Amino acid sequence: MNSKSNYFEDLKIIKKVMEESSRFLSLSGLSGLFAGLIALVGATVAGLLIMNSRILLSDEFFTGLSSDGSGIHRALLITVLSLVLILAIGISVYFSYRRSLRQGLKIWTPVSKRLLVNLMVPLVTGGISIIILYVQHEWLLIIPAMLIFYGLALVSAGKFTYNEVFYLGLAEILTGLLCALFPVYGFLFWCFGFGFLHIAYGLIMYRKYE
Amino acid sequence: MKVSISGLNKLFENRIRLGIMSVLMVNNSYDFNSLKETLGVTDGNLASHLKALEENYLIKVNKKFIGRKPNTSYSVTETGAQLFRSHLKALEDIIKSQ
Repeated sequence: MNSKSNYFEDLKIIKKVMEESSRFLSLSGLSGLFAGLIALVGATVAGLLIMNSRILLSDEFFTGLSSDGSGIHRALLITVLSLVLILAIGISVYFSYRRSLRQGLKIWTPVSKRLLVNLMVPLVTGGISIIILYVQHEWLLIIPAMLIFYGLALVSAGKFTYNEVFYLGLAEILTGLLCALFPVYGFLFWCFGFGFLHIAYGLIMYRKYE
Repeated sequence: MKVSISGLNKLFENRIRLGIMSVLMVNNSYDFNSLKETLGVTDGNLASHLKALEENYLIKVNKKFIGRKPNTSYSVTETGAQLFRSHLKALEDIIKSQ
């Protein structure tokens, strides 16, 4: 082997080791895709369960949500949202685990721990804020808060995985801010942010890296 | 320090030492077992290369206990970071010049 190809190999090793040790590269595009689909299915179920599907597009969604007689509806909505969340997280973990096996990479590493901490701090803060908003009957701010805190979580976790996660985070934050400006369309913004954006992101990632 | 005219550092000629430095350049600190897994080397092999880097003041060792288990982690020193950067630059210059 001549020395030049040796040096070239050295550079390749440096780059590979730096990437693998500082970024979690087993995140699967499929998890984004399925999270988006689950969100849309969840939204549809919520829509059918809670209200007449033909009023989905109108602001009656929020009159439905905030009127005093709709305690059961609210509980149902929250159940559906929680199920969506649990399924989406479960599926991302499953696909990432599967991908890490295929890549021969470990899933529980110093980087994935850091990724998780950076994801969880804004996410848990958001979760608590949403509970507070709920308790204080600030219904119109709940969906914007979901989108904004989720976006912040992705932006902060993005440093430890693919750059695309960072941009997905920015898109979620933007969606959340717009939603805060036009809160009566919260349901549509929710479907866009958690459904469409995830699907688009998942497809891009899948085609690019898998 | 054993630095050749081209700026390449003899210490980094070994691939395992190169790997250790690459990990520590992009992480504040990294523990022994994770280094072992990342680089795919044996205990003894990794330990001897870590020792060499430590003796040349390129990395620092932090020993602490997590519960009752000893946990050793490593981080790069100022000198280590500088030398690695010039080594990296030298490698890139060689590739570009040919």
